[in-house]
Amino acid sequence: MKKVTVLVCYDVQVSDSDGPRRLRRIARACKDHGVRVQYSVFECVLEPKDWVVLRARLLAELDDSCDSLRFYFLSEDVAKKTEHHGARVPLDVEGPLIV
Amino acid sequence: MTTALNTLFITLEGARLNKEGERVVVTLHDEKKAEVPLRHLRSVVCLARAWMTPELLESCVEAGIHVSFFGMTGRFLARVEGLPGGNVLLRRAQFRAADDGARTLEIARAVVVGKLGNARQFLMHARRDAVEERKPVLEEAVRRLSGHLRALERAEDLEQVRGLEGIAARDYFEVFPSLLKGEARRFTFDGRNRRPPRDPLNALLSFGYALLAQDCAGALAGVGLDPAVGFLHEDRPGRLSLALDLMEELRAPVVDRLVFSLVNRGQLKPEDFKTEAAGGVLLRDEARKAFLVAYQSAKQVEVQHVFLGQQTSWGLVPHLQALLLARVLRGELDGYPPFAVR
Repeated sequence: MKKVTVLVCYDVQVSDSDGPRRLRRIARACKDHGVRVQYSVFECVLEPKDWVVLRARLLAELDDSCDSLRFYFLSEDVAKKTEHHGARVPLDVEGPLIV
Repeated sequence: MTTALNTLFITLEGARLNKEGERVVVTLHDEKKAEVPLRHLRSVVCLARAWMTPELLESCVEAGIHVSFFGMTGRFLARVEGLPGGNVLLRRAQFRAADDGARTLEIARAVVVGKLGNARQFLMHARRDAVEERKPVLEEAVRRLSGHLRALERAEDLEQVRGLEGIAARDYFEVFPSLLKGEARRFTFDGRNRRPPRDPLNALLSFGYALLAQDCAGALAGVGLDPAVGFLHEDRPGRLSLALDLMEELRAPVVDRLVFSLVNRGQLKPEDFKTEAAGGVLLRDEARKAFLVAYQSAKQVEVQHVFLGQQTSWGLVPHLQALLLARVLRGELDGYPPFAVR
């Protein structure tokens, strides 16, 4: 099954009492499925079935009235077309994982 | 079909692996070193003394992620997995075939044909690039391997197959020094030795074969075969005989080729190794890491599967071969077609 590559970006309003909780839970769902590239930006390379799960999990947490969530569907060779500068070089989950 | 899921290698001595959400988190002295979603993993390989929480182990077993532990030399220590997967009927068919002399002979023969064929192919490639004065030596080895391949067809019992394999292995390793180029000639090689390997090239071969054997064991378990019940290799407690059988045809094109390309390109040098008091030779940490990176990258390289007529990657070859072997054992295929390098 062909994998999908999605860039997940979000803004969560943390000023209301439930905000920090939503933010935490959205971040946690993203971390389970992909790699954090910036504070509110995740790259996820997923089987279609896992993408369905992640999408549902994120939408369930979102407060439509004040948060926003964006999914960018990327081409497979995203790594080749990406430049990174500065700190926090993200992990390449498709490449060799050696720690 | 298994997708090319990744392997997480742990090389940090004293690392701690625990579970957060659906992720593996690796820490060393309270510093977070890596965080990987479980769903990206097919196996976790600990090459250093690491420890793992029971919660993580439980999740790995449930998700079908194999966890294996190796000593510093690449010596296999242990492997953790849940209940054997797949089909009990297939496993019974495997055991029956292993008890059947005629079927054992046919599969063992196919495995050795695959091994010698690919070893021969590897030497032919090397001969093409070799300097003029080395060509006759390689030519002669290729000729001998061809002879052994013909003799294999006439082998009447398992002992003859094993005997031919042994002779062929000696002929093959004998020409290894001729494969070294330029600066790499500082490496010496006087036959294959192991437990412990006594020179750097043997250390690299042992390390590579240990990794490949685990990949093969995982592929076999993935289709529901018992990695311990083999055909060419006799049953022995603790030995993954079928994984060793499956590995034979991949030794030369995967490990040997990788080892020589690393030393001939100067990516690994004699200084990258250390000798222990007992005479065993080990890779230094940086060299081990370089080898692992190269091994993982080699798995991404595309290759043509002649029998299946499709393009695949080296990493998937053990899985495809395990599937073909399962078909043979179920009686859906007449003979086992070893993976042949073109």
